[in-house]
Amino acid sequence: MSDDKKQDAPAVPMVNVQIDGEWHQFPKGTRMIEACRQVQVEVPHYCYHPKLSSPGNCRMCLVEMGMPPRLAPGAEPELDENGRQKIGWMPRPVIACANTVAENMGIRTDSELTKACREGVMEFLLVNHPLDCPICDQAGECSLQEHSAEHGHGESRFRDEKNKKPKNVNIGPRIRLDDERCIMCSRCIRFCDETVDDPVLGFTDRGSHTVLTVHPNQQLANDYSMNTVDICPVGALTSNDFRFQMRTWFMKETKSICTSCGRGCNTTIGSREGTIFRQTPRDNNDVNSAWMCDHGRMNYHYVNSEARLTDPMIRENGEEAHRVVSWSKAIRFAADELLKFNASEVAVIASARMTNEELFMTRRLIADLSVEQVDVVTRRGKGDDYLVTADKNPNTAGAKLVLGLKKPGGELDAIREGIESGKIKALVVLQENLIDDADFTSELLGKLDFLLTTYPLANPTADDSHVVLPAATFAEKDGTMINVTGRLQRLNKVHQGPGQTMEVWEICRDLIMAIGGGNGIYSANDVFKEMAGEIKQFEGLTLAGVGEQGLPLLKTRNTVPMLEREKERIAKGEIVG
Amino acid sequence: MAKVKYIAGKEPHAKEHRMIFKNVDREGWDVSLKTYEKEGGYKQLAKALKMEPKAVQDEVKAAGLRGRGGAGFPTGVKWGFVPPNNTKPVYLICNADESEPGTFKDRYIIHQDPHQLIEGLIISAYAVGAHLAYIYIREEFPEGAKILEAAIEEARKKKYIGKNVLGSGFELEVYVHRGAGAYICGEETGLIESLEGKRPYPRIKPPYFPAAMGLYLCPTIVNNVESLCHVKHIIDMGATAYGKLGTPRNTGTRILCVSGDVQRPGYYEIQVGKVTMGELINDMCGGMKKGRKLKAVIPGGSSSKILRADEKFTLKKGDKDVVIGLKDIPMDFDSLMACGSMAGSGGVIVLDDSRAISWVLNNLNTFYAHESCGQCTPCREGSAWMKKITDRIVSGNASPEDVDTLESVAYNIDGKTICAFGEACSWPTEAMVAKFRDELIGDTDGKNANRPVSKETQQAAKNLKTLNT
Repeated sequence: MSDDKKQDAPAVPMVNVQIDGEWHQFPKGTRMIEACRQVQVEVPHYCYHPKLSSPGNCRMCLVEMGMPPRLAPGAEPELDENGRQKIGWMPRPVIACANTVAENMGIRTDSELTKACREGVMEFLLVNHPLDCPICDQAGECSLQEHSAEHGHGESRFRDEKNKKPKNVNIGPRIRLDDERCIMCSRCIRFCDETVDDPVLGFTDRGSHTVLTVHPNQQLANDYSMNTVDICPVGALTSNDFRFQMRTWFMKETKSICTSCGRGCNTTIGSREGTIFRQTPRDNNDVNSAWMCDHGRMNYHYVNSEARLTDPMIRENGEEAHRVVSWSKAIRFAADELLKFNASEVAVIASARMTNEELFMTRRLIADLSVEQVDVVTRRGKGDDYLVTADKNPNTAGAKLVLGLKKPGGELDAIREGIESGKIKALVVLQENLIDDADFTSELLGKLDFLLTTYPLANPTADDSHVVLPAATFAEKDGTMINVTGRLQRLNKVHQGPGQTMEVWEICRDLIMAIGGGNGIYSANDVFKEMAGEIKQFEGLTLAGVGEQGLPLLKTRNTVPMLEREKERIAKGEIVG
Repeated sequence: MAKVKYIAGKEPHAKEHRMIFKNVDREGWDVSLKTYEKEGGYKQLAKALKMEPKAVQDEVKAAGLRGRGGAGFPTGVKWGFVPPNNTKPVYLICNADESEPGTFKDRYIIHQDPHQLIEGLIISAYAVGAHLAYIYIREEFPEGAKILEAAIEEARKKKYIGKNVLGSGFELEVYVHRGAGAYICGEETGLIESLEGKRPYPRIKPPYFPAAMGLYLCPTIVNNVESLCHVKHIIDMGATAYGKLGTPRNTGTRILCVSGDVQRPGYYEIQVGKVTMGELINDMCGGMKKGRKLKAVIPGGSSSKILRADEKFTLKKGDKDVVIGLKDIPMDFDSLMACGSMAGSGGVIVLDDSRAISWVLNNLNTFYAHESCGQCTPCREGSAWMKKITDRIVSGNASPEDVDTLESVAYNIDGKTICAFGEACSWPTEAMVAKFRDELIGDTDGKNANRPVSKETQQAAKNLKTLNT
């Protein structure tokens, strides 16, 4: 990222800075802590967060700093063996988070003074800390633990009684506060004030008795409240959702994206043995900065749901109930049924929640069946002035591009009418529940001769289907989506879905093969290759090449309100970004 | 000018030089504008308004006035820190949050001679180009706030304050703002935050140097009450005459507030450096109480480092080093600094041999633990920790090792905090442990080393019956 900055702003002059004895160059105005980070020198910190203002209150980032001495008029500067001005080291340490580098500045992160500062601050932070790591959710990803191991005393000299403070405080519907664990870094307060304009948190009382709290008659209830849990460096703020569910070190972390709206916030999914325990935002300065909304974050529970479809099922010859069959039987049956109809009698309703790869295989299937009536279900809702978009489908742009839809949702009325009039006799529904989400009725669907549904969960549309195929959720598949700003981003498979679930591209591939189509596709990667060869916009791209941060694929005029504000603050020097 | 007559029993000592306190305890004096004008009040304002603002600044700089709030920073130099190409409004704040223990000078100015402060304030506002000035007065001076409000109203009626001050075209509005009872509001950036309506958390410097980014992020000058009063007298006397008061680099007069174990505690206005510690204690304050001996002095407000009665100090006189005792220290900024302490806010706290140093230290630690704002880690946790340790020393539950821990905690705070409170709360401990270590250790008992302290460990010990309780 620093490289990009340099290219963008060549006008910023560079300054020479010595860090732990080695000279480097940084753009003027770089914070000392960021300069150190750029050359892989870690400066421990608690209160500093690049997306928030820097109050400099934790004092953990104190480092020894020096500047060349101010010369008397006419005096020659004293040079060292490398021909550089000698650094006059200051007796007082300075905070690396809020100070910027200057020409010929020296920074020592390994000196006796710096070490003593860190040891002292670490000891102070633990003086009144309850040290309840064994029952703390933050354990394993706690800055206090990490910095204590690296910079602390090892044992405490504190023999007196610790302060008592409120515990297990309900400060909002999704957040719980333990004031004894709080180290008063004020990150959560600043986040609420500066980033989401909901200043409900603050400190009361003073000195060692300072407590974090919500203002009277207020709740930390905004849709971004759970970000405070992420930025809390200790276990003071915990999420009701994740609390006591899983030790952090047991979880597997998978980088993915949120599929709850068109933003596609980058996420890390924490899971263990086939169960997802949490979703947390992952930094991406082109999408979601470091944040995500609570709704999106919590929208994973259905993946673990008891109502998941786990086996292919069919209902033939007027059977009342579905029965479980093997995949090969289900696919054969579906293919045979579909082949009974003329192309004009078949319609396909896909989903803008599917990946590009799934959509691409749908496109192949449509082509092989020569189906003309194709659409997706649209979802519009309320967006906000931060990250949430009004488009609740994560891949509308992908559906338009891959399926060649001009106006998503525009064909649905025609399809309904076609079923009503008997023109459409067979319907393939991929990853949608038409009865609950698209104004179809059970009665209408009853007029069809053949209905196929793929979906992760049991639902009324599946009830009315002749073939029900269990499909993977966003967490159970690899692939890509395109968000509202036209950015191509990757999903990564967390684990195999429950039972016999398959990804939709696999289902489509198998259907294509069953109706006599081609083969040679074994992975989402293969699908992507085919797609790159067929759709101009994907030309030259590979799935691996999409990377963790995604790629700009389509040109749009959409901007991210939250990012725009952050850019302004970066320009003003309020935050690092 | 007729000789000033003072209320019987409150006459100044012969060694005093009453300038700022000229009207304090004065017979027939009141806080009205009429009384003040009778003595030539607001004449200096009229004189200053005829000068260029820069000339007023230069006069104050040349007079060598050093801030009377505690740090002793040259006032004129501070004024010069307003950025030259500034386009934002400039604010002047009078820091009347006099809360350093042992200091009680500003309150007399405010309560008995408010117009002197207001005149100094207006001249200073003119000098720095401020059109809005605040007097931030501590919550504990409710009467003072009322007096100031009334005085400002009187001054406004007479056009000393307002749209067109004395017809000069200079515009100034003055407001009194009351604090809510926190020591930290005396720290200038904490004061500014408080004035903005927030918690008085001191700001980090850089970047928030008040002269460039102060109140509402505009250039702001914060001056102590006494410092502002001196400005009026500098205009009156001229820099040269004023500079002759006191000693070189330590000019003018200053008010020393003596408290503690002396015969006559109180306020004494002296020429800076013209009186020694011994003269102050023995002559002006009438010496120690009967049968008591001097043990130590805290010379500049409670946070300044304690000086032992039997300590020897080395001062530079010209090129020569001179070794002197406590009683020979001249009461000025540089001498006290050279003795390892500071002149601070002028609060001289005298301790006699009846005082246990553990008690003294615990008293101060209790104050600082209570007043730490809690923003930054070392001060928040350290001040309370030091108090807990000295609590145990006083109650006889400490071990000798605790004294070492106490000292180390103080050094872990010193120099590592956002504001000077870190030094204020750690210096008393640093100095008292260094200078009275034996006495402190004498209050401890090695047996306490393994004794459980917290309720939880005490209970655990009872249950186990194996620990020494």
